[in-house]
Amino acid sequence: MSEALPGEGAPPPEGASGPTQGAAGAAGAPGTPADVARLTDGEWHRLHPATPLLKGGIALIVLLGIILNNAREWLLGLVVPGGRRPDGDGEGDPFGWVVEHGWLGFVLLGVLVVLAVLVLAFWLSWRMNTFRVTEEIVEVRSGVVFRTNRRARLDRVQGINIQRPVLARIFGAAKLEVSQAGDDANVSLAYLRSAAADDLRREILRRASGVQRSAVDGVRAVPAPGRPVEPGQPAPGQAGASGEPVPVDASGQPVAPGQPSPADARQRFVGLVEQRAQEFLSDGLDPQEAPPESVVKVDAGRLVGSVLLSGYTLFLVAAAVAVVVSVRLTGEWFLLFALLPAVLGSSGYYVNRVTKSLRYSISSSRDGIRIGYGLFSTTNETLPPGRIHSVKVSQPLLWRPFGWWQISIARASRSSTNGSGQQGNSTLLPVGDEADVRRVLELVLPELVGVAAAEVQAEEAPVPSEGPADEPQRTAADEHAEHTLSLVEDGLTSRGSDGGFTTSPRRAAVLRWFSWRRNGFRTAPGALLLRTGAIWRELVIVPLPRMQSVGLSQGPLLRRLRLAAVHLHTVQGPIVARIGALDQDDALRFFEGAARDAVTSARADRTHRWGASPDPVPDDAAPASSPPVSAPREDPRP
Amino acid sequence: MDRLDVAEPAWTGISPKYVWPELVGWLVTGLIAAAATTPLWFIGAWWCYAITAAVVVVTVVVMAFVPRRVRSIRYQLRDDDLLVRRGILYLRFVAVPYGRMQLIDINRGPVVRALGLSDLKFVTAAASSGVTIPGLPEAEADSLRDRLVALAESRRAGL
Repeated sequence: MSEALPGEGAPPPEGASGPTQGAAGAAGAPGTPADVARLTDGEWHRLHPATPLLKGGIALIVLLGIILNNAREWLLGLVVPGGRRPDGDGEGDPFGWVVEHGWLGFVLLGVLVVLAVLVLAFWLSWRMNTFRVTEEIVEVRSGVVFRTNRRARLDRVQGINIQRPVLARIFGAAKLEVSQAGDDANVSLAYLRSAAADDLRREILRRASGVQRSAVDGVRAVPAPGRPVEPGQPAPGQAGASGEPVPVDASGQPVAPGQPSPADARQRFVGLVEQRAQEFLSDGLDPQEAPPESVVKVDAGRLVGSVLLSGYTLFLVAAAVAVVVSVRLTGEWFLLFALLPAVLGSSGYYVNRVTKSLRYSISSSRDGIRIGYGLFSTTNETLPPGRIHSVKVSQPLLWRPFGWWQISIARASRSSTNGSGQQGNSTLLPVGDEADVRRVLELVLPELVGVAAAEVQAEEAPVPSEGPADEPQRTAADEHAEHTLSLVEDGLTSRGSDGGFTTSPRRAAVLRWFSWRRNGFRTAPGALLLRTGAIWRELVIVPLPRMQSVGLSQGPLLRRLRLAAVHLHTVQGPIVARIGALDQDDALRFFEGAARDAVTSARADRTHRWGASPDPVPDDAAPASSPPVSAPREDPRP
Repeated sequence: MDRLDVAEPAWTGISPKYVWPELVGWLVTGLIAAAATTPLWFIGAWWCYAITAAVVVVTVVVMAFVPRRVRSIRYQLRDDDLLVRRGILYLRFVAVPYGRMQLIDINRGPVVRALGLSDLKFVTAAASSGVTIPGLPEAEADSLRDRLVALAESRRAGL
């Protein structure tokens, strides 16, 4: 047990980290570099000591609670003399029955043995569950009887997810998941100390990005002095985060981390509690990494409205109407009871949908976009650049009067047991208006937009010395913003050839009654856009470097009409990038162009090591047809 | 009306012998489907026999088109991608960049193996790609696989 523990096995750094972070946290300095260094030194480490409790021990406590509840009467009788009722009503009371027969001793012994065995089993499984992080891989070993060993290459990371279920948040623990491509190919480190999880994520992402350590330190040094200089702005995201000074330092005593005096013990405890509270209240976004302001604010009212106006509600209303009509027709009132389970089930569904998406935030960081959501159980995910395989902006019918849109994404990692369910895996923006959509797409598809990187640069380097250099950058960013605005707006609501879309010919109206004017495609730098649906509007964007293959198909009916369909194949997911009823020649041209561009953009793509300094070769190799694909991405910061 | 086709008509066909596995496959399928309808004969109505007859007729028609369909399965190795087409009534083209290859399967069913053929399957990260080149002569399939692997290696792309 002398091995270094990532969790609370070593209290001094934990206790000291409160004041240290409080003093330096506001400046955005890295919390405890030594801690991360220890976790990522390539040796085997254990998880948070509370892990067994968080994973399954709660059931044990519940079981104990049930037993105690049964023994309540008897326990009361022990304490309150004469309060015990005479025997005889022990029929439904197993405990009373046991006491009557004088088996109490055996039962207690049995319970104790079971408890001991369970505790031992949990402890063993905790001891056998170890992980290590090296420069190349992250590896987890677990299991007592059936051993499992899972190793994942860091350059294949599809995303890193930090989940904090309610219970884990109370304990200050978090679950870190390194997603890989494939079904349930996640490496899960459950549970780690909350702050350690954040640090570990940053370190894993740094290693995955291929950037050199010195470069990272240099970069981090820039924003650290830059932030407090900001004139009097309280930095909204930081206020609720753990960066806020805790009362321990408010007492004025600068605690030296190296030598904790005994007088500080109580204060340290208070500080620890305070820190827990802060962690619990914070939205799970690591304040040091991303610029914590979310680019989109999802209003709670709008969220509730959007959930209530979803397609599911349409279905419910239709079902209710059907039931009411049949009651009217048959006069059988008991049919109304058929609605009861549906009502109960759907209210649960609604509440679930809302609480999952509450406190939604999305922001950009050096290592990709960062999404956080959840009210009680929070999830916070980092998606490195180039891990999004397709994007769908859609509008359910009932949302149209409000101008709301939803963004979902397809990605290579699929998890059937995602803590936050399917929605978390595929929904990028639960609800938002056109401006929100534009801001999110700027983060997701910088190669399409070319503005995200430039904007971040402009915001994060307000140093006046670079003033003249800033100007052209800003104007370029504005220009790009204009461009995006028109591109997205056109794609969302336009019809006909507005926005450079090639649409179905008139004869396709036989197949696309309402949408033939809208049904269209266009190519953009680094991506293909498919615009479909006049009633259920949809815009599917497939980044060219992620497209696996292209298909062109034509059935007998389409042949009759001289039409054809194009299918952009991406990884399996909730999005099908298919557009039918195009003119035959347009479709053929689209197919050939897409096939050609897919090759060139895949060759120019460097996102799998997004932080590595660009080689001179790939840019020259990329033909002129798609130069913006890699340009903004390869140099995310000065 | 002109048929849909790409600009480069440098197609390579597959072995004409591939007709046989297809025929056998359809024959077995048709027989099973027809056999499944025979219990209906106990009802004794005329339409019960008609259903069986319809199954037989459909199977025969489909089998009659097998040679044409086999001829329609073609592929070409372009500079950077593999282009596959198949189908006469339902025409389908797929272009896969070599760098997208995750793995290549070579399958040999009993009939295919008896004829000295192989089915080659090009697997990408997208399940919907579905690129298969059936009925290649065994040696050709192996060399094509090696060639594709080499091409994919030189054009390696991420996911």
